[in-house]
Amino acid sequence: MSVQPLSDAAEKTAGDDGPRRSGPRPRRGAAILNPRIRRAVRENLVAYLFLAAGVLCFALFSWYPIVRGALLGFQQVTFAEPARWVGLDNFRRLFDDPLFLTAWQNTGYFTLLALVFGFAAPFATAVVLNELRHGRSYLRMTVYLPVMLPPIVTMLLWRQFYDPGPGLFNSVLEVFRLPAQQWLESENLAMVSLVLVSTWANMGTTTLIYLAALGGIPGELYEAAELDGASVRQRLWHVTIPQMRFILMITLLLQVIGTMQVFVEPFVLTGGGPDDATVTVLLLLYRYAFVYNDFGLASAMSTLLFVVLGLFSVVYLRLTRSKG
Amino acid sequence: MVGMPGISRRQVLGSATAVALSLALTACGGSGSSPSGKDENGVVTISVNGMPAKTQALDRQNFMEDVKAFEKGHPKIRIDAREGQMDPKTFAAKLAGGQLEDVYYVYFTDPAGLIQRRQAADISEYVADVPFHKDIDPALMKVFKDGEGKTYGLPTGNYSLGLLYNRSLFAKAGLDPDKPPATWEEVRTAAKKISSLGDGTVGYADYSKNNQGGWHLTSWIYSMGGDVAARQDGRWRAAFDSEAGRKALQALHDMRWTDRSMGTRQLLEIADVQKMMGSGKLGMYMAGPDNIPTIVKQFEREYEEYGLTALPGTATLGGGDGFMFNPKASPEKIKAGLQWVQWKYLRSPEREAVDSERAKKSGVPIGLPQPRLFAGDTQAEIDRIHGRYANTPVENYQPFIERNAQVETKVEPPNAQQLYTILDGVMQSVLTKEDADLDALLAEAAKKADTVLASVK
Repeated sequence: MSVQPLSDAAEKTAGDDGPRRSGPRPRRGAAILNPRIRRAVRENLVAYLFLAAGVLCFALFSWYPIVRGALLGFQQVTFAEPARWVGLDNFRRLFDDPLFLTAWQNTGYFTLLALVFGFAAPFATAVVLNELRHGRSYLRMTVYLPVMLPPIVTMLLWRQFYDPGPGLFNSVLEVFRLPAQQWLESENLAMVSLVLVSTWANMGTTTLIYLAALGGIPGELYEAAELDGASVRQRLWHVTIPQMRFILMITLLLQVIGTMQVFVEPFVLTGGGPDDATVTVLLLLYRYAFVYNDFGLASAMSTLLFVVLGLFSVVYLRLTRSKG
Repeated sequence: MVGMPGISRRQVLGSATAVALSLALTACGGSGSSPSGKDENGVVTISVNGMPAKTQALDRQNFMEDVKAFEKGHPKIRIDAREGQMDPKTFAAKLAGGQLEDVYYVYFTDPAGLIQRRQAADISEYVADVPFHKDIDPALMKVFKDGEGKTYGLPTGNYSLGLLYNRSLFAKAGLDPDKPPATWEEVRTAAKKISSLGDGTVGYADYSKNNQGGWHLTSWIYSMGGDVAARQDGRWRAAFDSEAGRKALQALHDMRWTDRSMGTRQLLEIADVQKMMGSGKLGMYMAGPDNIPTIVKQFEREYEEYGLTALPGTATLGGGDGFMFNPKASPEKIKAGLQWVQWKYLRSPEREAVDSERAKKSGVPIGLPQPRLFAGDTQAEIDRIHGRYANTPVENYQPFIERNAQVETKVEPPNAQQLYTILDGVMQSVLTKEDADLDALLAEAAKKADTVLASVK
């Protein structure tokens, strides 16, 4: 690909000697094409062209749907006729839906439970795996294995585990002469059961991230701590956790963003039940869009979710930037 | 950590939104033919769905043979057959993207909403020319009409919920398979006996998830003489907080918690219950006749194993399917589409005979008690033909045929899916909470349902 040189006229207008203090005002185009930018464009034209393809794809398949989605939230759409602007009507209808608050509460509850179960588990697993002398690679693979299973397979597998009759968990409880549980059928247990599935299915990735971070902690710190007579707990508390503080913070935020979008687990395992105990924001959004065919309402809901997740993303970006 | 990859969840909704919205970009796209859909030779090409999937080789072959036969008899019409039926997940995207078929399949739950949202064409002025149109059961035609009496589609299948039961388990439990329960008390007794067989056998199962619990609870309430929604002073209001509603919940509660004849696993949906029936572990469940071939085919069972009886009580829920027309379809396409629907699905008695003979040779079930699309002599003639070619044990469906006429068939309530979501919760509470407060459940659900029904005109 040949790079076209800029025309002489453009060169003359822009000038190579920087902005002038006096004389005629430079034309608008000249101001945009200041020498620095012009040089940068000329030197990297091919790179920009490659970049353009990526930007175009993002614009078309990522940003455009987001913008259209936000606009749909203010419209009544049937796709058979032109969309009609309805202002804040969709949002008003959302707030009127008795399930709206329930869905947000349930999502918050899931996120909280996910922090309790899901945040500690991969960290503890990573620390234990890091301490192992033998079989570390094998165990690392085993921990990661569930991530490779398609989500629907994971859900169906766990549905068998949770079966209140001959399911695995109740069989284990029976061995210890403990009462059988209604894992998915009990209002109190259903959400906990969903979090357990989710934790099992997704902890592999975070465990690997933690393992990588643990590997990056200088060995001298541990040696120094050992020389000072630090116990395992003290080493964990005074060396490992402070060294991993940043990565822990980032994964915590990513977890909040990820868990607030919980969908597959309630969709497959409980359908939002029992008695709406596991209706989450995305499950309700799905119903609006694909059961009731009300895309305006669904888009209004997704806009709200977008705003909430956006706040967490801003925190995430600030954290990563400050670290950089 | 939970949700760390986050991709799967985001993908589900993200990709769905992306598909819906990027298709909207091409909303102006079309097939490239003239607006009427006619080519220079005056041939109209119509896209239709309902073609069986490749995995159903025989059904697909029969369908394609029908397409060829139709095109031969109608040289000015070409059929562009497509797989699938009405899928709410893709319907709006297809409509937005100009990809929706000219003639599309719907369940009886869909037409009201589609008509209200103007997502179906008004076919009133063309439908009068359809042969046998006047013979179609008026109750079924009503599903495809709006408040002003305009027609938007044609029914091609129907069912009313009865009780499907396992004859072998009945015999094993000491019950007479030829005399299935006719009252809810008898259902309760039979369920108790079947579940006492042990080995994980469940006497009676019912749905409670993904709107299917609400769907069946509606039928329960109808059978107890009640209603789910009723028009009062020109406005729709919830009607299930009633004696009939309480009786329905009490019966379910008794079977689940007093008799323990409904098994321990709940939050079931149709696929779960069919699997239970197919594996020989379930005595009875509420179902239409179309469930029988599904179970036989899917779980490699025999037709002789299953019996069907009418739902106890005074009324049952009826539903079915049919075809509607793309709101952007030209009059030429609508006329051609109507000819296809009539020829393929609303067959003349002569064609019914030819089709039944072919079906019998291919092992397609004939002799199930439904669908019954027509009223009067036309249906009687079709029933005679079916009787001649029957390849299923029709005597097993006799209890259904004998009593179903006495059970009123009521259609689904307005805003059915939203109401079913609410009633799902009621069903779930009764089946998962032993101490469920039935009155409070009904009162609370009625309050929610009133909000949903407020938007119905």
